[in-house]
Amino acid sequence: MSESLRNDGRIWVPKRKGDTRAPGEIPVDERDYFLERKYPAFGNLVPRDVASRNAKAVCDEGRGVGPSGYGVYLDFRSALQRLGRAVIDERYGNLFEMYADITGEDPYTAPMRIYPASHYTMGGLWVDYNLMSTVPGLYVIGEANFSDHGANRLGASALMQGLADGYFILPNTIGDYLATTQFEKIETTHAAFRSVEAEVAANTRRLLEIQGTRSVDSFHRELGKLVWEHCGMGRTAEGLKQALAKIPELREQYWKDVRVLGDGDEFNQSLEKAGRVGDFFELAELMCRDALERNESCGGHFREECQTPEGEALRNDAEYSYVSAWEFRGAGNAPALNKEPLEFEYVHPSQRSYK
Amino acid sequence: MNLILHVWRQKNADAPGRMVRYEARDINPHMSFLEMLDVVNQGLIDKGEEPIAYDHDCHEGICGMCGFMINGVAHGPERGTTVCQLHMRHFKDGDELYLEPWRSRAFPVIKDLAVDRSAFDRIIAAGGYISVRTGNAPEAGSILVPKEKAELSMDAAACIGCGACVAMCPNGSAALFTGAKISHLGLLPQGQPERDRRAIAMVVQMTKEGFGHCTNVGECEAVCPKRIKIEVIARMHRDYLRAALVGD
Ligand code: SF4
Ligand code: FES
Repeated sequence: MSESLRNDGRIWVPKRKGDTRAPGEIPVDERDYFLERKYPAFGNLVPRDVASRNAKAVCDEGRGVGPSGYGVYLDFRSALQRLGRAVIDERYGNLFEMYADITGEDPYTAPMRIYPASHYTMGGLWVDYNLMSTVPGLYVIGEANFSDHGANRLGASALMQGLADGYFILPNTIGDYLATTQFEKIETTHAAFRSVEAEVAANTRRLLEIQGTRSVDSFHRELGKLVWEHCGMGRTAEGLKQALAKIPELREQYWKDVRVLGDGDEFNQSLEKAGRVGDFFELAELMCRDALERNESCGGHFREECQTPEGEALRNDAEYSYVSAWEFRGAGNAPALNKEPLEFEYVHPSQRSYK
Repeated sequence: MNLILHVWRQKNADAPGRMVRYEARDINPHMSFLEMLDVVNQGLIDKGEEPIAYDHDCHEGICGMCGFMINGVAHGPERGTTVCQLHMRHFKDGDELYLEPWRSRAFPVIKDLAVDRSAFDRIIAAGGYISVRTGNAPEAGSILVPKEKAELSMDAAACIGCGACVAMCPNGSAALFTGAKISHLGLLPQGQPERDRRAIAMVVQMTKEGFGHCTNVGECEAVCPKRIKIEVIARMHRDYLRAALVGD
């Protein structure tokens, strides 16, 4: 569900493990409003990494709700009493409807059940100040580039970046590039075009000729599980190393055993998906490599070895105050790390506290 | 739960299509309709048969990619719901369902349940935008928008361009879609400079694409997953007429 719901919803789980009573039957003093308890100043509005980690922690303790135990309540009862249904409808009507559609439960009478999911890539493609990538003339805008993100994604940041890039930056920078660059006419007979075309065709043929036993989806799911487990809301050096050992194995299996039916000359969704999942192996590996290299906790990247005695993220600014720009050096070669130092002139980083 | 599906299979735009019978077994009622289709597709892939093609993206009811007919109704039996948000609990064990692509001259079938909706893109390209120069960030509040107008505009902007309105209309008309886009921009102050030109250009493009004319049947409003109101069609006609008579 959208993060905006935390503006008026209160998050809680039962105090007691294995409490299977319906939420309405659990009296208030037997509920643990854990975010309000631990972070009285910010309560339910702590940043998403803190909220997610704490939700995961109470579920790991065995206090999660719902049939799977992976859930916490997001309760609008007091907001409904305070503001009335009309106001809540106006603010969140579409989200309440969406929740009711998905779950078949009415969030106006019973609290929502939610569980965090990781936002894996905090970065994107490297771009310069004009939003041009390392490929001359190739601009990357919106969330696809790395420029506006810190160690956390924030509510509505996708929208913000789409607007800011598209509204304020590109109209100036692309126009400048087009006006000041001389373009030669390039035909599809150009050697570079020919070689890329041949490469794409070969890749397509290769995927279709494997004729293995497993669907693209089954590999996608297995890769997703691996990353969820080892590069999710909490990471450890050991887990990341395991993932880095398993991903290449899975990739190898993929290129031997994936089953893509149909042909390459017309609309073929399996083939399209197969190409993407092929890329996901590379991305997953890069994420794990990056998470392993960053031996600190920072924003959404929580290395379990690096926490304060109270269990909060512990940064190491002396060593890791940089953006990791990983340079692609061809498929199968390890990427090279370029460190772009973060310089803070006016506002200096400090240990976050939401108490 | 178990279901019987009859699905339209068509290899490409030129090949003839036909209904093929499939069984969907052991379906969890909490699955969405698309997740159910994924289960069927996994079974097909295991047997070495090509999976059923259908469009989808967000699975949240907000992108407009998904959509097909279920027993003759666009997006199926639930009101205000896309197929990705339609859940199997609304069906009964043993139900027999007929799945077909949108059928409209302006939406040629690409394959199975996927159709080509680029006609919508061309309607938008004809005038569904504003072209003010943005410059620096304007001061918020320097252009006042009455709340009531903002709400109406926002309601119209909820259209996700799925095409269900066209598919359900006996005339194959795109009036609800085009009306929603014209209303969205025409109700706001920023949309005024091009309001006349926009109404004419979009209506002309809509006709060129081969969509039929609206005769106020109202099926579009009934199946629209975003509950766009048929009022937008009246607004489109009004804007078009005004532009044709007194516009620049
Ligand atoms: S008006 Fe409704 S049915 Fe038509 S395209 Fe928009 S959202 Fe879909
Ligand atoms: S998949 Fe996006 S609206 Fe259904």
